[in-house]
Amino acid sequence: MMACWRLVLVLLSVALAAPAQAVQPSEMLDDPALEERARDISTGLRCLVCQNQSIDDSNAPLARDLRILVRERLKAGDSNDEVLTYLVDRYGDFVLLRPRFAAYTLVLWLTPAVLLVIGGVVAMRRFRSRPVAAQALSREEEEKLSRILGE
Amino acid sequence: MIGTFSIAELGHYALVLALVLMLVQSTVPLLGLYWRDQRLVAVSGSTPIAGFILVGIAFAALTAAYVASDFSVRNVWENSHSAKPMLYKVTGVWGNHEGSMLLWVLILALFGALVAAFGANLPSTLRARVIAVQGWIGTAFLLFVLLTSNPFERIHPPPLEGRDLNPILQDIGLAIHPPLLYVGYVGFSIAFAFAVAALMERRIDAAWARWVRPWTLAAWVFLTGGIAMGSYWAYYELGWGGWWFWDPVENASFMPWLAGTALLHSAVVMEKRGALKVWTILLAILTFSLSLLGTFLVRSGVLTSVHAFATDPSRGVFILAILVAFIGGALALFAWRAPDLKQGGLFAPISREGALVFNNLFLVTATATVLIGTLYPLALEAVTGQKISVGAPFFNLTFGPLMVPLLMALPFGPLLAWKRADLYGATQRLGVAMIAALVAAVITYVVAGGKGVLAPLALGLGVWLIAGSLVDLAERIQFLRAPVRTSWARFVGLPRSALGTVVAHAGVGAMVIGIVGTSVYQTEEIVSLNPGESVDVAGYTLLFQGMSPVTGPNYREDRAQFLASRGGAEPFSMTPSKRFYMAREMATTEAAIETIGFSQLYVSLGDEIEGGTVAVRASYKPLVTLIWLGALVTSIGGALSLTDRRLRIGAPKPAAARQPKAASA
Repeated sequence: MMACWRLVLVLLSVALAAPAQAVQPSEMLDDPALEERARDISTGLRCLVCQNQSIDDSNAPLARDLRILVRERLKAGDSNDEVLTYLVDRYGDFVLLRPRFAAYTLVLWLTPAVLLVIGGVVAMRRFRSRPVAAQALSREEEEKLSRILGE
Repeated sequence: MIGTFSIAELGHYALVLALVLMLVQSTVPLLGLYWRDQRLVAVSGSTPIAGFILVGIAFAALTAAYVASDFSVRNVWENSHSAKPMLYKVTGVWGNHEGSMLLWVLILALFGALVAAFGANLPSTLRARVIAVQGWIGTAFLLFVLLTSNPFERIHPPPLEGRDLNPILQDIGLAIHPPLLYVGYVGFSIAFAFAVAALMERRIDAAWARWVRPWTLAAWVFLTGGIAMGSYWAYYELGWGGWWFWDPVENASFMPWLAGTALLHSAVVMEKRGALKVWTILLAILTFSLSLLGTFLVRSGVLTSVHAFATDPSRGVFILAILVAFIGGALALFAWRAPDLKQGGLFAPISREGALVFNNLFLVTATATVLIGTLYPLALEAVTGQKISVGAPFFNLTFGPLMVPLLMALPFGPLLAWKRADLYGATQRLGVAMIAALVAAVITYVVAGGKGVLAPLALGLGVWLIAGSLVDLAERIQFLRAPVRTSWARFVGLPRSALGTVVAHAGVGAMVIGIVGTSVYQTEEIVSLNPGESVDVAGYTLLFQGMSPVTGPNYREDRAQFLASRGGAEPFSMTPSKRFYMAREMATTEAAIETIGFSQLYVSLGDEIEGGTVAVRASYKPLVTLIWLGALVTSIGGALSLTDRRLRIGAPKPAAARQPKAASA
């Protein structure tokens, strides 16, 4: 219960998350470059027992296990993608905070772009179907105008 | 004793009476319109005020039960403790499901009463319909409270001590954040009620927009403040300095904000030019629908998992029913009646109206993006059973790019003329702002040591917004082009709404700078320290002096003493701590934050505390306070706009009201 606060959602409010913090000094790798990669990967991985919290942010014991696992894979020489594949094989897509682009996430990923295009087209068509004063004056109108102005 | 024993029943009784009044408010004015009986229509003038007083009595009764620590009331027992400080006894009233729903209803009733009290200049038919629609919403939610979430339920025998409030909520943030947020959330119900009333009347005009705009603007100002306050609360309370998480609960309040922002802008077009009528009505419906959706998401338990929702569906199904009835009903009415509404106000793509359409296009797409990101995992799990997560990386990749063109285009908007505008001229006038933005970007690039181009450009975008707003202001007062006295006179005479626009847009710029500054340029150290050891972060040296135990009213804490110094400057003390709340046996982290200019030094303790050694996370967050200061400035801009003369004085009698036959076509 204490481990993962986000399950205890209170109020229509901003997310209330772990009361303590995530990455602990003892977990960190000595190689700063490798550690930075580990942090980078961690922010994209979900603490499985939490609500939408990354393992980098969570203080749940499971998140800690995953952080250590990520670092172990990196030390073993895995690339970032290999680490992710390793975790997805074990925990499923649920572990990824950034869902993969696949058939079942097509709607998710494409909605913003499709909506923007549709909205843009609708807006533009309305402009075109109802031309504003932007149209040039006809010859007659121009003559009439110059006559009025001339007077 | 008798007083405390009957006070919960008094509250309960007042709530039931309020429901009866809401039912009257929902029906009688409409019947009055139907039977053409002015006495029945006039009910809409007083009922909402009486209803508000009754809900107020119920709310006061619950507060009294909390203050008196009356643990025979289940809600008090579950969420309070006799040793809890008085402030949290009061704020604890809405720090739980039942109490927060009561606050929701209270604010809804408040808005109804305000329309009744200050709506004297509205046409009586419109006012009657608006009040009735408000009554429907009030009835639905009062039923919800009374049937599924009664805060006045008793337990027997009464326990001796309460279970205390969730420690994270024992903070001044709980006093401010939820009330602000709810005023915003629920305030959009007025825009909704006006939209539905307009559809019922089959009439809508510029005056309608002028009536709706102050309500929407007020709601939006509060919602902006509420979200910003929540963000800062999470930042200092949760202990690792994150300020936005793209959590579904945050998204629940962010979606109405985005849609509400779009609504504010489209209502301007409608008021000034009589265009975008149908669209504005739709946005008003959608904005409040998103507020309802947010209430459903947070209150039903559906976010925790689809299964949690299925195991205890009573509350969730009830809100879902409210959601479907109101959103579905309003949209159906919209589909039926919208074609009757006359469109007006032609304009070219390059014009102020065109710019506001651009604004709406991107804001609405952004709203939809947040919506699908929030709902997709739920929908996918419900349909296929597959579990996926949609977190911050998704939103950064989709929402982020949508904001870039919107913000780049923003300074052009106020400089474009209505109907048809000269883009080239606007670009020329914005030249100074462009130069300022580029200079800022180059300086950032150099100071940051030549790493990365995108971050300096993003920071330049913030400067572009601020400088662009100043250009707008300078143009309006003819700064440097007219004598100083003339400019001053123009400044004093500037409509408050124009000034509000300048301020609000500059606030957005400050927010962008704060977001980029802290996200990209923050430095962080995570180390274990023994007393006497120190850690360096961003030029500051933090010397760990030792731990000391402290006892609070309902918690114990281990407080770490740090001495922070930089160069020869006066050192200052920082005391992050770990708290343990006895009643709930829960720990919290209290960060120590020192504000230096617009930046902050943020120190918090980790889990690993052994002997005298502590795990410390120390970070320097450049310009981070600009995120919330910017939001505050933006709200102030909205509030300034709200004091505009024409909104204060109210709309003139519309031509349509004087000749109803011609307009009801």
